[in-house]
Amino acid sequence: MEKTTIVETGFLGAAVLSASLAALILIFMLFLGFPLFRGGYFLTLLTTPWNPDKGFFGIYPMLAGTLSIVFLSLCWAFPLSLGASALISVIAPTGFAKFCKKTVQMLTGIPTVIYGFVGVFLLVPFIREMFASGSGMSILSASLMLSMVISPTMILIFTDTFESIPASYSAAADALGASPVQKLVHVILPYSRRGIFAGLILSVGRAMGDTLIALMLAGNAVAVPGSILDSARTLTAHIALVIAADFDSIEFKTIFAAGLVLYVFTASLILLVRIIGRTGMKNR
Amino acid sequence: MKLGIIKRSFILTGIFISFYFIVSSIAPAGTIDLFTSEKGDIKISGGTAHIPVMKDAAKQIMEHNRDIRISIAGGGSGVGIKQVGEGLVDIGNSGRKPTDDEIQKYGLKLFQWAIDGVGVIVNPKNPVKALSMSQLSEIFAGKIFNWKALGGPDKPINVYTRDNSSGTREVFWEKALDKGEITDKANVVVSNGAMKTAVANDPYGIGYVSVGHMDNSTSPVILDGAEPTIENVKNGSYKIARGLFSNTKGEPKGLVKKFIDFLFSPEGQELVTKNGFISVK
Repeated sequence: MEKTTIVETGFLGAAVLSASLAALILIFMLFLGFPLFRGGYFLTLLTTPWNPDKGFFGIYPMLAGTLSIVFLSLCWAFPLSLGASALISVIAPTGFAKFCKKTVQMLTGIPTVIYGFVGVFLLVPFIREMFASGSGMSILSASLMLSMVISPTMILIFTDTFESIPASYSAAADALGASPVQKLVHVILPYSRRGIFAGLILSVGRAMGDTLIALMLAGNAVAVPGSILDSARTLTAHIALVIAADFDSIEFKTIFAAGLVLYVFTASLILLVRIIGRTGMKNR
Repeated sequence: MKLGIIKRSFILTGIFISFYFIVSSIAPAGTIDLFTSEKGDIKISGGTAHIPVMKDAAKQIMEHNRDIRISIAGGGSGVGIKQVGEGLVDIGNSGRKPTDDEIQKYGLKLFQWAIDGVGVIVNPKNPVKALSMSQLSEIFAGKIFNWKALGGPDKPINVYTRDNSSGTREVFWEKALDKGEITDKANVVVSNGAMKTAVANDPYGIGYVSVGHMDNSTSPVILDGAEPTIENVKNGSYKIARGLFSNTKGEPKGLVKKFIDFLFSPEGQELVTKNGFISVK
């Protein structure tokens, strides 16, 4: 019995620690970004352009860049992942499905920088020649490569959900003479709604937090992007680019605003999707 | 696997260095002998252009005397000046001259041990190999946006620039663009190496790198008739150049002084030339 309490306390401690770390980071950023709030600059920052030589330190272009890259990468990754996990857990024969799953598991372990590297040498020239507009370093390139990065995780979560469907449901569908595709559409997908949401949440977080892909492939221009072939900068890449500047400069202070926006945005997005997910489940 | 490579490179360096000593022992005693009975650490950070020379110097010194440890970090010119001023490191490197403000505030001593040019590069496939300064300014300001206007193909110009903490950018902006505007549509890359890769891969790109970084993967652009070569920077006909500085807080003492003396010694200046920079002696 003694042992169980020790283990329980240990786990509780770990949980409290990680939760409080998240809160502490928020407090830390609020604290360091406080001068911006006090001056009332914070809202201005969110709507103005970035041009330090002329005294503009806004992060609006980066906000637009982040949102468009994340949204577009989800557009590529979500259908792809849904299809791939349906193939693995329902449609494909066991041997092939196992092979696919192992491949996907392997893909999750590939460091982001490798994707970035491949993107610079293969995808960017391809996009440049294909569309003959700009340098190829663009929202499109970054979002395509980012979808490669987030897909494996999404596929694995979806597959796990699809496979956790109660055996009785599956047996009932089989007994009614449903084809695998009918079973997928009418039984597995509705049942897996929560898992699909969970996968989506994690992927949005991952896509928003990713720095290297955008830094290497999106071009990092500070203009507000007008098309998906334009060069754009994400909030994360912006932080990475500015953090080496003089610590006393206004540039440096404004990256706390960028960090804060990223934090609040990711957190509220996750909350929002959670709420939608919960009400969605209730309606059923 | 990785360890193996490191080990092997140590052995190779060892062999190289022992050869070096056999050769150099014929010559009169070098500055490296100053380090013989020394002991301790040197911490260096800052400008990234300096790193190859710093590394080579550290390797020679540490191979000569294993009681000396030298650590080298990057971070950029701004970081180097800040950290040495706050006493976090012994030597802060910068690819620009620290401002009078910074020198006053921290009591910095500057040591300029090399000169480095900043040159404009384009893709080797690009037929445009010479520009005037005013054309260059207009390209970077986004006013000339097609290569056709310059005698090249009918393709848009892709401008590449560096982040604001880059010393290379600062020198280029001041001396080549006369502090003119850089278009907000310019792609931003994070290092001299990344700039070279970007322009080498983009047939319609234009960017700028340290002359020490130039090689066959990109073509240098002749500006107002002057080609960005070491010779032209030396004789003053190519003007976009800067000093590479190592800064200390107050007069350097002991081991740090010896390290800086080493940079100015014939051995140190040989490392400067070997890495594609211009020696000051």
